[in-house]
Formats: sequence, structure tokens, C-alpha cells
Amino acid sequence: MRSVDAEMAPQGLGRPITVEQGSFPETVWSEQVAWIDKIPRVVAMAGLLLTVLLIWWAVHHFEIVSRIILPSPAEVGSDIILVGRNILTGNYMLAALWMTTKEVLWGFGFAIAIGFSLGVLVGETSFGERAVLPYLVAIDTMPKVAFAPLFLAWLGFGIASKVALAAFIATFPIVVGTAAGLHAADENARMLFRTLGASRWQTLVRMKIPTGLPQIFTGLKIGAVGVMAGAITAEFLGGGKGFGELIRVAASQLQTPRVFSLILYLSVLGFLLFWSVVLIERKLVFWHRASVTGVDDRR
Amino acid sequence: MMQNAKPLAEQTVGHHLARPVYQLRNVSKSYAFGKIRALDPVDLDLREGSFSSVIGPSGCGKSTLLKIMAGVTPPSGGSVILDGKPVLGARREIGMMYQQATLFPWMTVLDNVLLPISIRDGKAAAKARHNDAQALLELVGLKGFEKVYPRQLSGGMAQRTSICRMLITEPQVLLLDEPFSALDELARDFMNIELQRICLSQNATAFLITHSIPEAVLLSDDVYIMSPRPGTFLEVVRIELPRPRTLEMMTTATFGEYVRYIRSRLDEGGVTA
Ligand SMILES: Nc1ncnc2c1ncn2[C@@H]1O[C@H](COP(=O)(O)OP(=O)(O)O)[C@@H](O)[C@H]1O
Ligand SMILES: [Mg+2]
Repeated sequence: MRSVDAEMAPQGLGRPITVEQGSFPETVWSEQVAWIDKIPRVVAMAGLLLTVLLIWWAVHHFEIVSRIILPSPAEVGSDIILVGRNILTGNYMLAALWMTTKEVLWGFGFAIAIGFSLGVLVGETSFGERAVLPYLVAIDTMPKVAFAPLFLAWLGFGIASKVALAAFIATFPIVVGTAAGLHAADENARMLFRTLGASRWQTLVRMKIPTGLPQIFTGLKIGAVGVMAGAITAEFLGGGKGFGELIRVAASQLQTPRVFSLILYLSVLGFLLFWSVVLIERKLVFWHRASVTGVDDRR
Repeated sequence: MMQNAKPLAEQTVGHHLARPVYQLRNVSKSYAFGKIRALDPVDLDLREGSFSSVIGPSGCGKSTLLKIMAGVTPPSGGSVILDGKPVLGARREIGMMYQQATLFPWMTVLDNVLLPISIRDGKAAAKARHNDAQALLELVGLKGFEKVYPRQLSGGMAQRTSICRMLITEPQVLLLDEPFSALDELARDFMNIELQRICLSQNATAFLITHSIPEAVLLSDDVYIMSPRPGTFLEVVRIELPRPRTLEMMTTATFGEYVRYIRSRLDEGGVTA
């Protein structure tokens, strides 16, 4: 038996690589992708739209539902042009759109200010988390549009009640996003700031808020959707001079093509608001690219 | 041969005569109102310019000990003295590093390095130290990466950046919690040699937590062996290998003896790999 410690010159150093000679078949292969996933994006989206329009047209053409309820795509199309002209020539519809825009922007502004402040209170202080958060969660579980009559009673039928409901709905996701964001920093980052003797303010502003920006923006994007819903709901219930009122009047007169085209222009407003938030996020949170739809491209 | 070894050994012995920088007496810690004993009473003197390591099983309280030394966590009992003054919070003499580089993605490499200055002394002071930060980055081989954002760095580069961030404040004491254990072995060896060079050139006192016995032997003057939770020091092994240490030393018989001895002591302490 040989001791392991015995000095032994190592064998097998620096050998060239030798393999068996012979002919081998090429084994380059490709992964299977279903044909439906190979369709280019533009074609896929256009195709889907055309299909929906076709079904719509068929339902209208064969009168599967009453023509009063469902106008034809062509009727809606010509009304879209009509409404577009009205808006572009600065007619009363532009005034209505501007009114709704003002409600939405004011509502969003208040929601950001209040939501961010409450979010910091909840996310940063133990008092906020233990005393304030339970109430916020309780209110958040209520259907918030139910508060609309209350805002109308308190603030009247002018712009204030619309701004209030819009802000009210959008505040909660911003609170939650901000509070969650402030909790996102990991233990190491906190410890680093503590070892540097950073003040609470420094830790908040220079570490916790930047770390939490992705969550904060998630809250803002949900808020941007909510603020539109709030403003339109308040207009439906409280009248006024906004786009929601135009929709309500058109629907009550069974002008369904008009309802459809007004909704389309309203959604442009919502789209612009949402995308402004996304663009600011991309600029500000450049290190973290969130997908706009919230769905990543893995399957 | 023997005559040659003697003065080299004395080089390291020298540290044991130097002034104590850190002094811990009876330092202990329990969590959950005394229900979890994380650290049993520990005594420790760290002398100026010395390099000490702690090795012990997971959860034995190594990180807890380091946090107490750094003034980040209060001890449940005992006294921690740094430079003759009790540690009651964060101290400027200390530089710290952990397993994660913890760089902030919204700051460039240069701004990450300057963060400690900017937190402690303000942005103007940080700006004034631009050149120092640049020199440090050059020292660790990151010249040209000043304006790069951390997501473009490899794990090793990120850790090197975090070394610079630790060094920018010119700390007297380096507290290192498994700083390179997330790196692959090649990068880790390289970083260890770098670390030694930095410590020797700045006469810094270093205290390293590690899971690797060879790493502890390679870098340390003293290796403290810790018992399982609640941890305390079982013994200290004095490594009398000459400085500067080289990677080649790791293949020598003496080195192997140190490693074997420490492993056997850890096994006796109830630690099994
Ligand atoms: N904040 C804490 N609260 C409660 N227990 C903790 C806390 N931090 C650490 N511990 C416990 O203390 C023990 C020592 O932890 P730690 O110092 O991290 O060990 P190590 O670094 O040696 O792996 C562990 O059992 C851990 O669960
Ligand atoms: Mg640890």
C-alpha cells in the first residue's frame, strides 16, 4: 500500500486533445415556434382589429342584435370624423374635452400629492403603518364611486366634485405603491447607510425613494387609470360641461354611434395621460425598464 | 533555512505588540427579548495593522458581532471600544463591506464610490474628492469605468467598486463580512491578494468573516474559531507565514498544516461540512 503523502510526479499534464476520427452527421437544429407566434406584431394587431370589425359588421348586417343598440362600423366611422372636426375646429366638444382634461389633471395632481405624502407616512413611520394603514385598507376595499353623491352634496355640481372623486380613486394605489417602494430597499443598503451615519432624511431621499421608484410608478400608472374613471363617473352623476356629460346625453337619446366615437376620443385622453407617466418613468427610472403592459415576454 | 524563517516570522509577531485599535469585552447579543441567544460573551483585541479572521458555522453570530462592532446594532451586554472611545453608533474610522456589492443602480460607478463622502460631508466635499475616487478605481483596475452604471459591471467589478467605496473614507478599520464569497474562485484569489496589498499599504486593521479556511489562513495574522450558535470564540490560531502572502504559499506543507488544524478544531466544535 502506498501512502498518499508519498512524493509522486503527477501524470497526464499538458496532453493534446485527441478524439476518434470519423464522419459525424451535422446536428444543427432549430426550436419549434408555433405559426401563430411567428406573425409580425403589426400584422397580428391589424389582423385582430380587422377580425373584430368584421364580426361587428356581420352582427350589424344580419341584425343579430337591434340596429339601434349596435350601429354599423361605417356609421361609427363617419361619426368619429364628425366629432374629430368639431374638436379640431374648437367647437363645443373641444370645450367639453378640455373641461374633462382639467378635472383629470387636477385630480391626478391632488392624488399624487396626497398619495405620496400618505405613502411616506405609512411606509416610513411605524405610527403610519400601525395606525393609518388599517384605515386606508378598509376604505380601499369599499367601492369608491359610492362616495360620488357625497362629493356632489359637499362640493356642488361644478368642477370641484369631479376633481375630488377623481383624486379620491387615484390616491389609494399611489399610497400603496409609495409605501411598498419605501420597503423595497434591502437589508444591506439600509446597513450601508447606517454605517455611514446617514440621517433619516438622507436615507429616505437618497436611498429609499430612489429604490422604490419602480413601485411608486406602478402606483402612479394604476392611479392614472383611476383618475379617468373618477372624473367620468362624477360627470355622469353630477352633470357639468365635460365629455362624460356629452356621452350621457348621447346615450339617453339613443345616439349610439356618437357614444362610441366620444368614448374613442376619451380613451385618447386616458392613453396620453398613461403614456406621459410611462415616459417620465423611463426617463427617471432608467435603470429599471418596466414593461408597459405589466406582462414580460417570457412564455 | 531556519535562520531565514525567523526574522520573517517576527514581522507578523510585530502586530501583536502594536496598539490595540478595537477592544471588545464581554460583548453579547440576544434577540427576541432574550429568547434567541445569537452571541455569547466575546473578548477581543484587534491591534493596529493586524489582519484577523473569524471562521465558524452559519448562524453562529459572526454577522451579529460585526454589526455590533460597526455600531449598527447595540449589544445586549459588554463594551466595545474603538480608538479609546466607546462605540455608540456609526463611526468614521470604520469601512465596511458585505457579500453583496450593494451598489445603487441610479448612480455611476464614480458616484457610488463617492457616496460615503457625499452622505457624511455633503455633495461639494464629494466633488472635491473626484480625483481620489478615480485613483482608487484605477488601483483596482476599473479605470475608464467611472461613468458606467452598475448594471453593466460583472460581479467581480461590482465588488471592486464597493472596495473603493469602502476605501474612499480612508478607514482605519475594515470590517468585512464574507466580501468575496459570491465570487468565483479565480476572482476571489485575485481579490484577496488585492485586499492584502491595500491593507499593508495603508496599515489598516482588518477583521474578516469568512467561510473559507484557506482564505482565512492566506490573509490573517490571527484566525478566531467560533462555536455554533450561540457563538463565542473557542481559540485563536496565529498564522506565522511571512508577508506579503502569495497564492503560491497555499500549496506549501505549512499552509496545509494550518488548514488541517483549523478544520479539525471546527469539527470538534460541532461543525460538519
Ligand atoms: N434581527 C434578528 N432578529 C432575530 N434573530 C436574529 C436577527 N439577526 C440574526 N438573528 C439570529 O442570530 C443568529 C446569528 O445570526 P448571524 O449573526 O447572521 O450569523 P452568521 O453571520 O454567523 O451566519 C442566527 O441564528 C440568526 O437567526
Ligand atoms: Mg453572516
